[in-house]
Amino acid sequence: MLALLCFLPLAGALLLLCLPRASDAVLRLVALGVTLVVAGLGLALFLGFDGELPGFQAEFVREWFALAGPDGTIPVRLHLGLDGVSLLLVALTALLMPLVVLSSYGHVHTRVKEFLLWLLVMETGMLGVFLALDLVLFYFFWELSLVPLYFLVGIWGGERRLYATIKFFLYTVAGSLVMLVAVIALIWKLGSASVPDLFLHTAALEPTTQAWIFAAFALAFAIKVPLLPFHTWLADAHTEAPTSGSVLLAGVLLKMGTYGLLRFGIQLFPAMAIDAAPVFLALGAFGIVYGALLAMAQDDLKRLIACSSVSHLGFVVLGLFALNSAGLRGAVLQMINHGLSTGLLFLLVGMVYERTHTRQLERYGGLAAVMPVFALFFVFTVLSSVGLPGLNGFVGEYLILAGTFEVSPAWATLGVSGVVLGAVYLLTATRRMLFGPVVHAENRKLADLGAREVGLMLPLVALSVWIGVQPSVLLDKCAPALERILERVEDARFDARLANPAAEDVQLR
Amino acid sequence: MLWLLLFTPLLGSALCGALHFAALRAGSAHGDDDQGHDSHGPDSRGEPGHRNGDWKNLAGLVACAAMALALGLSAWTWLTLFRAPLTLALESSAWHWIDAGSFSIELTLVADRLSSVMLLVITGVGFLIHVYSLGYMESDPGKAKFFAYLNLFVFAMLVLVLSSNLLGLFVGWEGVGLCSYLLIGFWYQKGWPAEAAQKAFVVNRIGDACFLLGSFLLLRLFGTLDLSAIAGANFHQLGAKSGEIALAALLLFGGACGKSAQFPLFTWLPDAMAGPTPVSALIHAATMVTAGVYLVLRLNPLFAAAPAVLFAIGCVGALTALIGASTALLQRDIKKVLAYSTVSQLGYMFLGLSAGAWSAALFHLVTHAFFKGLLFLGSGSVIHGMHDEQDMYKMGGLRRAMPRTYWTFCAGAAALSGLPLLSGFFSKDEILARNFAAGGFHVLLWVVGVFTAALTAFYTWRMVALTFHGEPRYDASHVHPHESPAVMTVPLVILAVLSLAGGLLNLPHVSPLWASGLEHWLEPVTRAGDEILWRAGEHGAAPHLADGAEWLLLGFGACLAAFFAHRGYHGYKHGHARDQALENGQPRLAAFLREAWKIDRAYTERVVAPLNEGARVLASEVDQRGIDGLVNGAGSLARALGMRLRALSDGQVKGYAIWMGAGAAGLSLLWMVL
Repeated sequence: MLALLCFLPLAGALLLLCLPRASDAVLRLVALGVTLVVAGLGLALFLGFDGELPGFQAEFVREWFALAGPDGTIPVRLHLGLDGVSLLLVALTALLMPLVVLSSYGHVHTRVKEFLLWLLVMETGMLGVFLALDLVLFYFFWELSLVPLYFLVGIWGGERRLYATIKFFLYTVAGSLVMLVAVIALIWKLGSASVPDLFLHTAALEPTTQAWIFAAFALAFAIKVPLLPFHTWLADAHTEAPTSGSVLLAGVLLKMGTYGLLRFGIQLFPAMAIDAAPVFLALGAFGIVYGALLAMAQDDLKRLIACSSVSHLGFVVLGLFALNSAGLRGAVLQMINHGLSTGLLFLLVGMVYERTHTRQLERYGGLAAVMPVFALFFVFTVLSSVGLPGLNGFVGEYLILAGTFEVSPAWATLGVSGVVLGAVYLLTATRRMLFGPVVHAENRKLADLGAREVGLMLPLVALSVWIGVQPSVLLDKCAPALERILERVEDARFDARLANPAAEDVQLR
Repeated sequence: MLWLLLFTPLLGSALCGALHFAALRAGSAHGDDDQGHDSHGPDSRGEPGHRNGDWKNLAGLVACAAMALALGLSAWTWLTLFRAPLTLALESSAWHWIDAGSFSIELTLVADRLSSVMLLVITGVGFLIHVYSLGYMESDPGKAKFFAYLNLFVFAMLVLVLSSNLLGLFVGWEGVGLCSYLLIGFWYQKGWPAEAAQKAFVVNRIGDACFLLGSFLLLRLFGTLDLSAIAGANFHQLGAKSGEIALAALLLFGGACGKSAQFPLFTWLPDAMAGPTPVSALIHAATMVTAGVYLVLRLNPLFAAAPAVLFAIGCVGALTALIGASTALLQRDIKKVLAYSTVSQLGYMFLGLSAGAWSAALFHLVTHAFFKGLLFLGSGSVIHGMHDEQDMYKMGGLRRAMPRTYWTFCAGAAALSGLPLLSGFFSKDEILARNFAAGGFHVLLWVVGVFTAALTAFYTWRMVALTFHGEPRYDASHVHPHESPAVMTVPLVILAVLSLAGGLLNLPHVSPLWASGLEHWLEPVTRAGDEILWRAGEHGAAPHLADGAEWLLLGFGACLAAFFAHRGYHGYKHGHARDQALENGQPRLAAFLREAWKIDRAYTERVVAPLNEGARVLASEVDQRGIDGLVNGAGSLARALGMRLRALSDGQVKGYAIWMGAGAAGLSLLWMVL
C-alpha cells in the first residue's frame, strides 16, 4: 500500500515521459488521474489508520543494498511506514497534488509535459520524505523532492527566476551537505540505517557526538523551515515560483523541515532537543514577529504571503520546542493548517495574477466589486490565516501558544503579539486589494472565478472549517504518536536529573 | 432547544448569503441578456432583474423571521428560568472541541439568569433593528449580504453569551468582531469604511491578545477554562496566588477594553460609525460593545478576588466616561455624538462593576441598549430623511418634518441624560450611588461620574436642539426632509416605550414597589463575587446607602440632569453659535476636545507610523542588506557555479536525467569509499 502510494507518482512520471507531447489535454488528464488515485489512496490510508496505536503502521520493508560499516555490512532497506504525524502530512500532500495539477491549467502553457513530469517526481519525493524509515532512503527522497523545484522555479518562474533558483539551490545544497555528513556519521557510529533502530540507540552515544549530529540535522531542517536567519531564500523562491510551485513549497516542502525537526531532531535526540529548546523557542518567537514585520513592509502580494510563512512557521517551531502535549499537537495541526490556508492564498494570488498580470498591491484596488466570488474566498482564507476561532488556524495557534506559555510565558507573549501583527498585514493587503474604489480602468472588466477555480478551492475551504470545528479528527490520529515522542523526552529529562542531581536540588529550591 | 436557538440565526445568515449570490448570478445573467437577446423586448428582459430584487427582499424577510424565532426561543428560555428554582440553568449536550492532552475544551450551551437577560436584549433589540433595517436598507443593492452579516452577528453574539467555556466565549467574541469588521466596511467601495473596519479589527485584536494570555494564565491556575468552574473556585484558598489571579483578571479586562471600547483602546468605536446606522445601533451600542461588561459579570468572583484590578477597572471606566462625554460636547456629526456617548456610557458600566455593583452594571447595559439603540435608529431615520446628511450644523428644525422621529428621539435623549424617573436615570443613579457607598477612593470616581452625568445631559440636548429645533440650516431647495416609513418608526416607538419604562426593571431599593427586581433576579450569579468582597470587607459590608442618603442622591441626580439638559437645549436651540464662540475663544481647548483628547492622533503618530517605518527599515536594511547581503556575498563566490546551472536549465529532460544519475552515482561512490 505505502509503496504503491509512494512510487505511483514516479510511475506516472515515467508514463508521461513515454507519451507524445502533442496533446496537452491528454498529458494533463494523465497527471490529474495519477494524483487523484494517489489522493484516493491517501484518503483510504487516513481512514484505515488506527489512531489508538502510537507506533509505525502499514510498514513496507525490502532489502535494497548494503553498506560497509565498522562491524560488517550495514543493510539499507526500502523501509516505509507511518505514524500519526506522517499520516497527516502524507494526507495533506496527497490532497494538495490534484489541486496543484488542476491549478496549473491556468498558468502553465509551455512545456506542459516537463512541468507535469517534475510535479509527479516531486510528489514521490515528498511522500517518501514523510514515509521513509531508513535514513539513507530518507536522504534520497529529501534530495529527490528538491531537484524538481529547481526546475519548476528556474523554467516556469517569474522574471528574476534565475537569481531565485541559484539562491534556493545554494541554501539547500548547504543544508543537504551538512545533513549528509550527519547521516553518514550516525550510520557509521550506530551501525544501522533503520530509523526505529536508531531511536533505540542514540541515547548511548557520547553527548558531544549527539550534539554535533543534532546540530547538523537541525541546521539542515532550519534552512528548510525556514528559521530566522536562514529565511532569505524563501521570499525570492516564492515570488518567482509559478503558482503550483508556491503552493507545494508552502504547503508541503516547508513542512519537511518541521517534520524533520520533530522526527530527527526531537524524537531521535530528545536530550539534545531539551538543551537546545531555549534557542529554538527564541528563534521561533522572533521569527513570528520578524516575519510579520517583513510582511507589513511588502508591496508585492506574493512576497507578503511568503514573509507570512516565516511568521507562521515560527509558530510551528515554537510549538515543537515547547516539548509538551499542547505545543506538539498544535505544531502538527498548524503544519496542516498552514498548508491549507497558505496553499489557498497562493492559489488565489495565482488566479488574480492570471487576470491582471501583476502582483503589486497598488495595481489592484476595489476588486471586491468586480470579483465578488474571488473576494469571498480571499477574505475567508485571510480569516483562516489570521486564526479566527471556528476556522482551522485558531486551534493550532491556541494550542501552540498555550503549550509555550506552560514553559515560557515570555516567548508566548511575544508569540501572541504575532496574532495582532498577522491581522495587520493580512487585513491591510485585503483592503488594498479588494476594497475602495476601482482605481485602475483595466481592472473594471476582470472575470470572476470560474467553476474549475472554485471547485479546486472548495475541498480546502471545507477542510478549514471542518478542522476549526472538529479538530479532534486530526488530533486524535496524531496524539498517540506525539505522546510517544514526549515519553522519550521525559525519559531524557529523567536521565539528565539522574546524571546531575545537583541541578535537581537547585530546581527544587 | 438552546442549540436550536443558536442555529436559527446561523441558518438565516446562510440563507441570506445564498440569496445574495443567487441574486448576483441572476444579475449577471440579466446583464448577458441585455447584450445577447435584445430582440426579446423589454418585458422578458425585465423579468430576471425583477426576480433578482425579489430574492433580496426575501433575504430581509428570512432574516427577520429567524430573529423572531430566536426571540421566541429566548423568551421561552427566560420563562423556564423564571418558573424554576433559583440556581437552575438550562444546559445543552456537550461538544467535544479540543483535546490538548494537558487540558481539554468541552463546549456546552448554558442559559442561566445572566445569559437569559442578555438573550432577551440581543434577540429583542436585535429583532427590532432587523425590522428597521428592512426600511433603512430598502434601496441598497447589497441588502441580502447585509442581512446575512447581521444574522451571523446575532449567531456569534449568542455563542458569546451561551458558551459554558471561556474559549467558547472567545469564539463568539472574535465572531462578533468579524461581523463588526464586515459591517463597518459594508460600503467598502468608498474606501474609508474599509479603513475603519480594519482599525476596529486590529485594535480589538490587541485586546484579544490580552484575552488569550489571560486564558493561558487561567489554565495554569485552574487547569480548565470552564466558566462555572472558574467562578466557583475557592478563591479563599488561592490566596497565595493572588498575584497571578490579579494578572489574569487584568489581562481579561484588557480584552474587555478592546471589545467594549475603553481607554486606551476606545479609538476604533467612533470610526466604526462608517457602517450603516442599524449596525451602529445593534453592534456598536446595544450588544457587541457590552461583551466586556458581560465577561466581567460572568467571572465576577475572579475580579472580586483581585480588588486592585477592580479599582483599576473603575479608574479606566471613569476616565473613559469623562473622555467620551467631553468629546461628545463638540461633535458636528450626529453619529459621532452618539458614538462618543456610547464610549462614555460603557465607562459607566465598568464604573459600576468596579464598585461590585454587578446588577447595576447589567441594569445600565439593558437600559442603554434600549435608549442608545433608539437614539441610533432615530439618527438613522434623520440621516435617511436628510438624504445621507450627518452634519448637525446642516440640520435644524427637523421636528416639523419628522414628528415621530422627533418624539421618540426625545424619549431616548431624556433617558440618556438621566431625566427623572426614566430608565437611564435609575440605572445611572444606581451605579453612582454604589460608588458613593463604597467609600474611600470610590468617592473620587463618584465625583468624576457625577461631573460626566452633567456633561451627558448637556451634549444630549445640544444634539436634540441642533437637529430638531431652530431654523433649518440645510438647502431647502435641494433637501426635502421626510418622515421615515412605518417599518422604521414602529421599532422606534417600541424602543421609546422601553426607554421610558425600562427603569421598572430595577427600581432603587428605597422604592415602595418592585424594588431591586434585577438585583434579586441576578443574585445566584453574583452571590459568589459579593461574598468575596464582603469577606475582604471592601464594599460588601454596606452595599446600599441608608434610605435618606439614597433619596438625597436621587434628588441631586435629578436636579443636575434637568439643569444641564436645559442648559444644553437652551444654548443650541438657535444654532451652533456657541461652538463657534468656543472655537474662537479657546481654539486649543476646542481642538483638544473635538479630537478626543488627541489620543487617536498620538497613536497614529507615535505607534502606527513608527511601526510601519520600522517594518520598512527592517525589510530593506536589516533583511535585504544585512542578512541577505551576507548570503549574496557567499553566493557571488559560487557565481561560476550559477552560470553552469543556467547552461543546465535548458529544459532537456535528458540533461536533467544525466545529472540526477551522476548525482546518484556520486553518492554511491561516496558510500563505497567509506
